Amino acid sequence: MNSLDFSIVLQAWPYLWSGLLFSLALTAVAFVVGLVLGTGLALVQHFEMPVIGKLVRGYVALMRSIPLILVLFWFFFLVPIVLGHLGGSGRPVPIGATWTAFITFGLFEAAYYSEIIRVGLRAVNRGQFEACQALALSTFDTYRSVILPQVLRVASPIILSQTIILFQDTSLVYVLSLTDLLGAASKLAQLNGRLVEMYLVIAVVYLAISSAASQGVALLRKRYAIARR
Amino acid sequence: MFAVLLEQTADGQRYIDWLLSGLGWTLTLAFFGWWIAFIVGVVVGIGRTVQNRAVAVLARLYVEIFRNIPVLVQMFLWYFVLPELLPASLGNAIKQIPPPWGSFFPALVCLGLYTAARIAEQVRAGIEALPKGQIEAASALGLSGYRTYRHVIVPQALRLIIPSLTSEVMGIYKNTSVALTIGLMELTAQARQISEATFQTFTAFGAATLVYLALALIAYQGMALIDRAVRIPGTGRAEDVKPAATRDAQQLDSLPDAMEIVK
Repeated sequence: MNSLDFSIVLQAWPYLWSGLLFSLALTAVAFVVGLVLGTGLALVQHFEMPVIGKLVRGYVALMRSIPLILVLFWFFFLVPIVLGHLGGSGRPVPIGATWTAFITFGLFEAAYYSEIIRVGLRAVNRGQFEACQALALSTFDTYRSVILPQVLRVASPIILSQTIILFQDTSLVYVLSLTDLLGAASKLAQLNGRLVEMYLVIAVVYLAISSAASQGVALLRKRYAIARR
Repeated sequence: MFAVLLEQTADGQRYIDWLLSGLGWTLTLAFFGWWIAFIVGVVVGIGRTVQNRAVAVLARLYVEIFRNIPVLVQMFLWYFVLPELLPASLGNAIKQIPPPWGSFFPALVCLGLYTAARIAEQVRAGIEALPKGQIEAASALGLSGYRTYRHVIVPQALRLIIPSLTSEVMGIYKNTSVALTIGLMELTAQARQISEATFQTFTAFGAATLVYLALALIAYQGMALIDRAVRIPGTGRAEDVKPAATRDAQQLDSLPDAMEIVK
């Protein structure tokens, strides 16, 4: 083979950088949407609401049983149809791959975050609920001011670990031909034929970001362990 | 709605045959990948816990590298990059492997070694969860380091971690879908191909989804069965022994390993 030439990566860097920014934006949006929606899904299950509780359980189980790539294909196909019906025209509304990615990752991650929060909710001491009742807090205030802050705090290392995995999973938008970090590298590799350098460099970028983040989470976990009763 | 699956394809088969062939590849990849992952994972997991610093550092490095690079990128490294880095004759020989094996083997190695890093962490957690008395008793009996691991530590640790290995089993069969990016026609790829050939996207994806759901159920039940069969008597399930509050708190502690994997 030819000798490696990493100077090509320097030229390509602006494009790779924009790809990385897309990966990070997708991660951030999926994190926020997934966490908010996931908390909602967890609460619905926690309250054991009739019918809708069962539906949510089914949704979470389904999302956790099928591969993310298949979910991406599903949403790419389904979301335009659903939007068409919601819009009243009945005709599919094409939304493009970028929107599909954001919607899919938000909804998909919600299922994973909701499992974490659901278990966290069960771990809250009964006394906390009883104390809220004794203080005559409404159900809404109980959860907003007492229960959820504790759950989010206890579960934060797990939530963050899940987010690191989410960041790695954003590379799967490759199947929608989007230009995330991996997509940028693969498009450049096709143009200049230097796929060895391209893939090695982005592997190192992913590795650096993910392991730095994992170290951070480990640190957080350690500090939290001391504060614990 | 699934009637279209029984129709003839352009190559004289039925669409359901495409789906079954995809399922075959998914299962083959998951099955053999699992055994690679399990063997490498146990070895690396043991390596994480031994006194020897060099071994421990190497094992740690293995886990860090294979866990922190996305599985799709690893797939490309095995498929596109490795043949280029090897000596030309060997690299060309690899590129000459006829399809579908040319995609199957890189996918197998990729999924096996990727999942191994996750299993290694579970094994390490299992070993560290054992009471210190076990090792002390073994050395009081004069067992060598090797025999302590072989007869005392590893058997117990493996029995402890079976519940958390369930999510690894589910992870590996779902990750087989990533192999479609290097051209392996596994279940998801076949579903997409059927959808493109028939425009019956709902049917094609629906059928694949049902198959994946069935696989998840089988994996879950199978692991529960194994867990019941080999659980260490007396340790029981935490649920049986402990009051509810501790049980739930404990469940939260075990979450990181159990939850973060499955995609």
